[in-house]
Amino acid sequence: MLLVSIIVLSVLGILFGIALSFASKVFHVDIDPKIEHIEEVLPGINCGACGYPGCAGYAEAIVVSGADPTLCAPGGHDVAIQIAKIMGTKASKKERNIAVIHCQSGGINNTNIKFENKGIPTCQAAILLSNGQNACTYGCLGYNDCYRVCPFDAISIDENNMRIIDENKCTGCGKCVEACPRDLIELVPISKKVHIQCMSHDKGKDAKAKCGNNTACIGCGLCVKKCPVDAITLENNLATINYEKCVSCSLCATVCPTKAIEDRIKIRPQPIIIEENCIGCTICAKKCPVDAIDGEVKKVHKIDEEKCIQCGICIDACPKKAIEVKS
Amino acid sequence: MDFSTLFLIIIGSIFINNFVIHRFLGLCPYIGVSKNMDSAFGMGMAVIFVMTMASTITWLIYTFFLNKATSIFGLDLTFLRTIAFILSIAVLVQFVEMVIKKTAPELYKALGIYLPLITTNCAVLGVSLLNINENYNFIESIVNGAAAGVGFTLVLVLMAGIRERLEYSKVPKSMKGMPISFIIAGCMALAFLGFSGMKF
Repeated sequence: MLLVSIIVLSVLGILFGIALSFASKVFHVDIDPKIEHIEEVLPGINCGACGYPGCAGYAEAIVVSGADPTLCAPGGHDVAIQIAKIMGTKASKKERNIAVIHCQSGGINNTNIKFENKGIPTCQAAILLSNGQNACTYGCLGYNDCYRVCPFDAISIDENNMRIIDENKCTGCGKCVEACPRDLIELVPISKKVHIQCMSHDKGKDAKAKCGNNTACIGCGLCVKKCPVDAITLENNLATINYEKCVSCSLCATVCPTKAIEDRIKIRPQPIIIEENCIGCTICAKKCPVDAIDGEVKKVHKIDEEKCIQCGICIDACPKKAIEVKS
Repeated sequence: MDFSTLFLIIIGSIFINNFVIHRFLGLCPYIGVSKNMDSAFGMGMAVIFVMTMASTITWLIYTFFLNKATSIFGLDLTFLRTIAFILSIAVLVQFVEMVIKKTAPELYKALGIYLPLITTNCAVLGVSLLNINENYNFIESIVNGAAAGVGFTLVLVLMAGIRERLEYSKVPKSMKGMPISFIIAGCMALAFLGFSGMKF
């Protein structure tokens, strides 16, 4: 009996084994080795910023359907180059995006609240309850859904319960953009340093009254008029910056009466004209938004440092590269 | 073919002798994969598929190798059925995985990780052994396997629906997560107990 059972099971095992090995030959599926290579190169955090289901899905999409190799936000340019190398193509340089929260309210000390919310402490739950507890129906709810969802610890909370995004850690994956029920977060190229920190469409007086930080956009339109490159538009009582046009000159930030526009460049270097190179073409004087450059044709121009707001437009405008920043 | 018997088997396996609620088999995926609806449904589909296939193959193996009366060896090897069934289910799942990967890559993606997970699911072994115990014939075994899978899916999807809502409801701190899930599983088992009053 012992022998028979051993034999029967062995026979079964062998039969199954043969069948499986045969099946693995017949039903063999070729997998492109490039997919595996690309998967190794990708960060492997499955954040979904590329728009595909996880890193494996993206790797497959690149190889099979020829997806753009520069879509991996966390991996950035380095990964794009490596993927391009595997695929035998060239990666175009793409500027890194970072997340910007367009609201300065939402902390313990700077939020006006309608009622005390003792419900589930998440933004998603809070917004379901009478459209949130804060007076401003456009502002930050302050329950830090974005902080919890960030896979890179790029968002930190300060002692006033305000969220601070670390520009070095942020990879622009967009998880927080999705998590924010008020759509306050936007992905902005890292070189853009001037941001309108308000999303309120309320009329000026209401917006100001509701904002706990007193920095609401009141829709006055001063920034729209001042912008030298027409990058700001006013719609529904809210000014928004078109980042494709914006040159981060901070002119708007200086005129904003409610300080709703933040200039992240703390120290702006003073531009100076190199006299030997200046040919007196007056282009810079025409471009200067504050008329800080006086110059006559064919004469060396001068920058009035008291008027100058260090926006840097003249540096780009000069055809002879005669304007530089003071080191 | 007696259709009323098959109908009784289907109703019995889905509602009355439900694998999870009544027989307490396959409790691991019941708690583990019921966190969201999509994965619960995927798991359910995979289980239906594997249970039907397993019922088919294990019935054949039992009839032609192990049972004395019908065996080609003429020996009584019924004591080997557990190990022989486990072996054949494992092989079957492997085989099915290969076939699906080759012939229906979309289905393979949809089933995903759940297919290999089912290899070790006791409910699959359970349905195979029960088919033998109940002296089902070939067709009855297949129907029982499929119906048991449907019953499993039903309970899993119901549980997933409840647990998705549970995420946003106020639960005492000590009850959060697993404890409340177990309590709900118990309530569900009680509710399903009502079906055992159905007499045919």
